[in-house]
This record gives sequence, C-alpha cells and structure tokens, in this order.
Amino acid sequence: MTTHNSIAVHHVTRIEGHGDITAEIKDGTLEQVRFSVVEAPRFFEAFLRGHHHHEVTHMASRICGICAVSHKCAALKATEAALGVDISDQTRLLRRLAYHGEVLSSHILHIYFLAGPDFFDVPSVFPLVDQDREMVRRAMRLKNLGYDLSKVVAGRHTHPIAMVAGGFTFVHQAENLEAMKDRIAEGLNDLQDTIRTLQGIDLPDLERETEYVSLTHPDRYAFYDGEILSSDRDEPVSPDRYREVIEEYAVDYSTAKYARWNRPEYMTGALARFNNNYGQLTDGAKTAAEDLGLTHPCHKPFTNTIAQVVECVHCLEDARDLIDALVNGGIRPGREHENVKDRAGSGVGAVEAPRGILFHEYEYDEEGKCLSANMVIPTAQNLANLEADMRAYVPVIAEESKETITHRLEMLVRAYDPCISCSTHVIDLRK
Amino acid sequence: MIHFKKKPRVAFFDFACCEGCQLSVLEMEEKLLDLLSHVEVVEWREVMSEKSDEYDIAFCEGSITRKRDVERIQSIRERAETLVSLGACASISCHNALKNRWPMKEVVEMVYGDSGGHIDTIPARPVSDVVPVDYQIRGCPVSLPEFETVFKHILTGQSYDPPNQPVCVECKLNDTLCVYEKGMVCLGPVTRCGCNAVCTAYGDACQGCRGLIDEANTEAPARVLFREDLHPIMAEVARKNPLTRKEILAKFTVYNDTSEPDEEEESSDDNA
Repeated sequence: MTTHNSIAVHHVTRIEGHGDITAEIKDGTLEQVRFSVVEAPRFFEAFLRGHHHHEVTHMASRICGICAVSHKCAALKATEAALGVDISDQTRLLRRLAYHGEVLSSHILHIYFLAGPDFFDVPSVFPLVDQDREMVRRAMRLKNLGYDLSKVVAGRHTHPIAMVAGGFTFVHQAENLEAMKDRIAEGLNDLQDTIRTLQGIDLPDLERETEYVSLTHPDRYAFYDGEILSSDRDEPVSPDRYREVIEEYAVDYSTAKYARWNRPEYMTGALARFNNNYGQLTDGAKTAAEDLGLTHPCHKPFTNTIAQVVECVHCLEDARDLIDALVNGGIRPGREHENVKDRAGSGVGAVEAPRGILFHEYEYDEEGKCLSANMVIPTAQNLANLEADMRAYVPVIAEESKETITHRLEMLVRAYDPCISCSTHVIDLRK
Repeated sequence: MIHFKKKPRVAFFDFACCEGCQLSVLEMEEKLLDLLSHVEVVEWREVMSEKSDEYDIAFCEGSITRKRDVERIQSIRERAETLVSLGACASISCHNALKNRWPMKEVVEMVYGDSGGHIDTIPARPVSDVVPVDYQIRGCPVSLPEFETVFKHILTGQSYDPPNQPVCVECKLNDTLCVYEKGMVCLGPVTRCGCNAVCTAYGDACQGCRGLIDEANTEAPARVLFREDLHPIMAEVARKNPLTRKEILAKFTVYNDTSEPDEEEESSDDNA
C-alpha cells in the first residue's frame, strides 16, 4: 500500500515569530521538507538610513522583544567600532551583567513556556497553572529575575534605556546591585528544581553531528564579546571578517537565503556554545550538565533546550561574580558616558544572542548619520541546519501517524528556539 | 461598551512588531494569573498551541504592513466584540512607518537587492487606520500598570482614554531633573505620559514612543532653540546639539511618522 503524508503547519505555535513547516513523505521516504519564514518584513536596514547613531542604537533594540539587550549590544559595539569609541571596564562589566539577565529570561521563556508544554504533554502553560501552580510560579520568578538583572543595569529589559554608545546614561548605587545577590541565590535554587523537573522527561532521540559556530573568548564563556569559532577549525576569526567566512547561498525551493561556512549548514545557539566553549562554564553549570545527562560534546539537536538550562546556571553564577567585581571595583554611580564624537566610519558588532551568533554592521557619515546597516540573525543561520535535521529525522519517524510526525517536527523546530520576529531580513550578505 | 455575562474569551494576535509587548505582560507574574482567571484565553500563538475563531476580546500587537494583514485584521474585527491595540506599533506605527518615506519597491531593493520580488509589503499603518479600535494601550513597550488598568476597564465595561498630558507632568511628580537642563533635546513636552517617565529617570531623553499629545505644538521645541534671545539653558542645549530646524522636527518621526502613506503605491504580492 502506498502511503503519502503531506504535512503542513501554518504558523507554528509557541515560537517567537511566524514560520510554517511543509513536508512530503511518500512510502516512508521524505521527498521534501522545509521551514519557511513568513514574518512580515520590517525593513530596519532601510529605514535606519539617515538617522543619527543615537537614534540608530535606540531603535536597534526594537528589532526583537526577547533579545532586546543582544540587539542593543550588537548595535552599540558596531557603532563604537565605527566611531572609534573606547568603553570603560565598568561599562563592559555592566553590559555583561545585563546580558546574563537576557539570556536567563529568554532561555526560561523557551524552557518553560515554549518547549516545556511538549514535555508535560499539554498544549500550553495555562493548564499547568491548575496542575502545578508552583512550577508556573517558579518559571515566572526565574524569568523576572532575568528581566530584573537587565533592569538594574539598563532601567528595563524590553527595551533597555540607559545603555548608549560610550557607556551609560545612569548607573545605580552599589547597594542596588548587591540587593540582586539574594535573588540570584533564590534563582539558583529554582534552577535546581528546574533540573529535577527536567530529569524525568523523555526527549526524542536524534543524533546528527554538524558544524557548530559560536563566539569564543580566551578568558570566559563568550556571550558579549569574542571571536567567531567553528568546531571544524582550530583558530577563531575576527568578527570584522564575518562576511568572508559566513557565506550566503540560495536554494531553489525557498525564498530565504541560507548560511554556510565549512559545510553546507551549521548550528548556532546554546548547544553550539556548549560544544565550543564547554571548558569555560562555571563549576555549577558543569554539574548541572552532568545532572541532566548532557555530555560534552553533544550532537543531539533536541538537547539544545537542556544546554539552555546549563547556561542559565552559568549566567546566574557568573552574574554573582560580576556584581562582586563591580562593587569591589568601587562602582561609579550616575552618568558614565564617554564623549562620543561624530565621525565617518564603519564597524561590526558580534554578540551571542540567546539563540546564537548575531552580527550588526553600520556605516556612518561624518555627521554620525547612518549610511547603511546590515544585521544577520541567528535563526537565519540555523535554517539550513534545521532542515538537514528534519531530513535526518523524518525517516526515523516515517511510520508514525501523521499527527505524531507533525508534532515531532514542531518539537524539532521549537528545540532551535527560533526567533524570527526580528525579521530584519532573513539573511542578506551582499558584498 | 460590553458587559460580559460569562467569562469573556480572549485572544492575542501579532502583526509587524517585536512581540515585546505581549511578552512583557508575562512579567506581571501573580497579577497576570489573577487577571487571566477572569477570562478564558483561547488563542495566543506565542505561548499556546490552541487556536480559535471565536473570541470576545482581541489584543492586537504590531502594525499593518501587508495586504493579507489588512484582510486578517478585518476578519479579527468582525469576530471580536472588543479590539485592543497593544503597544506603539499597533497604536501609532512605531518605527515601522519610517519606511513609508520611500516607494515600497525601493525599500525592498535596499534590503533584498534584486531577489525581493516575492516580498509583499505596503506602507505601514497603525491598526486604528484600518479598523475601528475600542481601546488603545500605548508605549514601546506598554507599561504594565496601564495594561492592568485597561484590562479591568474592559472587563467592567468602562471606556478608557490614554493619558493626554505631556511626559513633563510625570517628570515633575518624580522629581526628575529636566532633560533640557542637562543639555539634551527631549520630546517629553509634546509626548503623552503614562509611562511614569521611565526613560528620563534613567538619564535618557524622551523619544516620543507614546505619541503626541492632542494639538501638540511641535514647532515649539525647534523655535525655543532658534530664537534670538535664547534662555541660558536653551543656549547650552543649542550649543551641545547643533541641529537644524529640520533635524529637530525629524526627531518626531521616529515613533510618530504621520506622513500619509501613498495609497497608490504598487506592492508586489507573494500570492500567499
């Protein structure tokens, strides 16, 4: 008997932004599969032109409501590089602290609210409010701790206020930062409960080794700064050269452009960072990985969510150290804002957003007005790898019911934690 | 205004935006759980798998920027008793309308080169330019106390008008030093408050995310910087910000680009 399954998921739910899955499976063989981005494009790269850099960096965080600090930091770093602005050690420490808050809140949103319902076999977090109210409270507490770590630095997570080119328009007193340490301790306890909750779950089994791309830094597990590293290479590459190493290419069945470096596809995000920079995780994060059965290196895409839990522990432990470093260094409250002078120039800013490596590039004229802007978002870089995983996974589940295949493919999409509402454009590396 | 006899069904929808407003609602923690216990959430794509075509209250985030989204918001309007525009993109277009300065064909070319033939895009408009809106929650992002207030107003059948005083009122109540006294240009004097003046409290200037107050005198901020007998504070602002009158007025367009979209504009359709 010939079986033919056509899978079509319009607007995959519980992801950030709009995407569709389509797959054609005939007699257990996958004929075609794709994940299409159908977000309304917003054209940031066009309309930022002509705006002064102060407005550009203000608007850049509005690209994404989840990764607002990442987009802000990428824009600030690119702008500071273009204008030749140095920042103080305090500014760098504060940005890293705000960054940890964002990674925590974004990962928790994904772990509990987006991917989580699949683990507990419910369609959303809302049924859990009655079934396990304490767990929902814990999720909200952790998410808010992340928000508040960004807030104590920048006034708000979505969208950060006080972060500007050259420094900060406002810095809190030491005691405001110190006060976060008790909540970090509570948060680490909540993460231990999270680990216990997740120890019992059964993730779909898919193993496919691929190329892993992330930032890497000699002194720390890279989020805010570092150079571009591929698991296929020994030496990292300067972010300024991102257009040379990350190549865009078109495929005939999709309007989205794809990204490759050493292979036809690569993965970026929590699992790629875990694989590339494992040795720099905090001790607590390594223990968390062990408790969750996550071994290094790991080639199972569904465990991206588990790698996010490990990173949450890392971010909170490191946030505690950052607060100590800031306070012991004698924090300078109030305005700390280097004199930023307009000049012509261009610059690249690369950061690890919660979902992976993110590039911003700007060119300014002598009045500091934007001549051109380019952003490459992590989800666009992951599209080719996601589809390669789908091609590897469908034969494994081809005998399942159509509902199961559909659900598993949705779970695979969710494992990547796609964030496509940015949709500045899908990917465009015109040279 | 509607008086709900049984638990109203609530749906969240998003158009062109960053989705930050619906996400910041999750920050309300216990309060959100309390609010939601008075309603039945039937669709919220970002956090739920369920979808529904039947709802009483629709929260709509984002600007309308595609032909198919015009149809989608019209269909939501037909189904919903109450439609709420959530955030700056839905209420005043936010940055999305900045692309309206160019013909859509040029905008597509700027970002996609010659490979953008499939892109469906029309000049961005706030939701209220396309369908009638019953409640507006302004801000980029929305302020959570205001979200709570509007939610309660909807449930109890009361109308709600967004605050129409300038941000300066809240700066004064908060004892925040005037941004002009720091030598910066600020849109607070002509921008609606309701945000508790949070940006100025954190040392930045107001950029106008809640839209202009009614009958705002947008010429005034430019005029006070160009008159002959400059006040010493304004002289310092003018010295630190060597802006032309045109550049100062352009600041109002970052969130409030009210230039009329060219309806004649041809947009390519992707046959979706």
